[in-house]
Amino acid sequence: MAAIPQAHAPERLSLARSPEGELVLTLAGSWRLADGIPARDEIEQALAASPAPTRLRFDARALAEWDTGLLAFLSGVGDAAAARKVAVDASGLPDGARRLLALASAVPEQKGARRDETRPNFLARLGESAIDVAGDLRDELAFLGEVALAFGRLATGRARWRRSDFWLTVQETGIEALPIVSLISFLVGVILAFVGAIQLQQFGASIFVANLVAIGMTREMGAMMTAVIMAGRTGAAFAAQLGTMRVSEEIDALKTMGFPPMDFLVLPRMLALMLMMPLLAIYANVLGMLGGAVIGVFMLDLGPSEYWHQTTSSIGIQSFAAGMIKAVVFGVLVALAGCLRGMQSGRSASAVGAAATSAVVTAIVFIIVSDSILTVIYDLIGL
Amino acid sequence: MPDVTPSETKAPARDEAQIAVRGLTLAYGDYVVQRDLDFSVKRGSIFIVMGGSGCGKSTVLRAMIGLVEPVKGEVLYSGESFWKADAAERERMTRGFGVLYQQGALFSSMTLAENIGLPLEEYTDLSAQEIREVAALKLALVGLKGFEDFYPSEISGGMLKRAALARAMALDPDILFFDEPSAGLDPLSSRRLDELILELRDSLGATVVIVTHELASIFAIGDDSVFLDAASKTQIATGNPRELRDHAENETVRAFLRRGETA
Repeated sequence: MAAIPQAHAPERLSLARSPEGELVLTLAGSWRLADGIPARDEIEQALAASPAPTRLRFDARALAEWDTGLLAFLSGVGDAAAARKVAVDASGLPDGARRLLALASAVPEQKGARRDETRPNFLARLGESAIDVAGDLRDELAFLGEVALAFGRLATGRARWRRSDFWLTVQETGIEALPIVSLISFLVGVILAFVGAIQLQQFGASIFVANLVAIGMTREMGAMMTAVIMAGRTGAAFAAQLGTMRVSEEIDALKTMGFPPMDFLVLPRMLALMLMMPLLAIYANVLGMLGGAVIGVFMLDLGPSEYWHQTTSSIGIQSFAAGMIKAVVFGVLVALAGCLRGMQSGRSASAVGAAATSAVVTAIVFIIVSDSILTVIYDLIGL
Repeated sequence: MPDVTPSETKAPARDEAQIAVRGLTLAYGDYVVQRDLDFSVKRGSIFIVMGGSGCGKSTVLRAMIGLVEPVKGEVLYSGESFWKADAAERERMTRGFGVLYQQGALFSSMTLAENIGLPLEEYTDLSAQEIREVAALKLALVGLKGFEDFYPSEISGGMLKRAALARAMALDPDILFFDEPSAGLDPLSSRRLDELILELRDSLGATVVIVTHELASIFAIGDDSVFLDAASKTQIATGNPRELRDHAENETVRAFLRRGETA
């Protein structure tokens, strides 16, 4: 029978039909991965040809060096032959290649090992995500309930936690956050003053920049910017700490030692952030007003004492209280988001990373949503 | 090392079943890990939970110490059901456990002395100075004298396991649980840990439950055992590991226990 035309590099692979009806695959030259793996179309065609070949044989006498490239090719050829029920005689192959191929086919493919790749239809996916959202919400509520119980135990003095953890967290979340909070709030004050100045100058009312900055910082920006910084700085840290403790079984160890993780890990973090967030917000307010004053005095040529007077007269205890309430609420939410995502974390390195990311996103969503709710409530009660 | 036969070195009340596992079935969602487990652990004995990788050994341990709730069946401690008890009762039982986790699970933010001192602080009225002394003693018992102020990240894997063992022993537990104690240890460190377990069992009179697939440990210290099978998802043999090696009827068990032997 005539040799099948050779499309691929003729020196490497050629196919022939022997007089006995065997398919002979002649391998020659270099068969390294770097040389590429030739397509198996012709071989499959030859295997499918009628009359069917009696068996598949190899002639590798001219084969030079080979590696995985050859094995990957032959393994595919073997599968194709098996699918066509053509017997394979591997005796012509180099000894090493024959043994490796035997090893690769020694264990049959496990049933169910291959993942089902079919995608469910749109409605099914929509339904699944809805169920997921409901499940998440339930988990969040359950977590909130457990936190409430932990605070109940704290109030009755039955919580098992260490004061030293609390003070350490206070230091980490409070004092160590001062530099970044200083920078951001100073700049926020500067930005507020700039934006306000451009508008107010048109009315010759530049002095009201002081009011704008003072009220803007105390009622809104001080607490919110601090909270956003804390979400990125502390919320993520909480999630990563707790997630890592889950990976290393530390949380399991706490449970079996009779320390509820809620008391021992979540309580001190919540308390620390509830305490530090308002303090940081006050600090942010001061720095923001300082930033505004720098712009007012040096760019708008307002008198320092004039600016000071305008600032102090514009903010009352109400604005201050409004900002502080927000700060406490944000503190609770940032700590809650960080601890929730940390305790929910899976037991792997990537899961801890996902938990930290999710903590920041959750915290920022919580902050903005609660901020708008509080602002509406303030408006209703006239705070 | 001479062949240790702990079954003859131990005296009091050996026949009493301290832990009884009855019809225990464990699952994650719909996926059954192990079903219908039934075995007893005698007081003062060293009990091995063995089986191939991924057969659910660690999950069984986690169900015994209260971390994974079983779908069916129960775990009895001195006749009292663990999973049917209320939270307070369960906590009281848990206090009698010492657990050595696979990765040690020492609290990374605390020194070794603080790790060991934590349960003492909570459950005893000892002063800070006394707690430190007890912690130093526990560390000395596991061969880590002088390492009180080291953090877990500053010591080696073998030392970590020993320190975790010291913490597990902090409250002189009745039952010590070990999850793969020799995982990640070289053969010599692993052998030393076995000897330490044996020594502590003999001196403290504690009951020991070990989850492992390490043949050397199984034969060196195991008094009794249960063999969990991954394929049938249940136990396929119970008894003394050495007897199982020589006389087990089940092919899988024999093959497992004789692996690595030239015979």
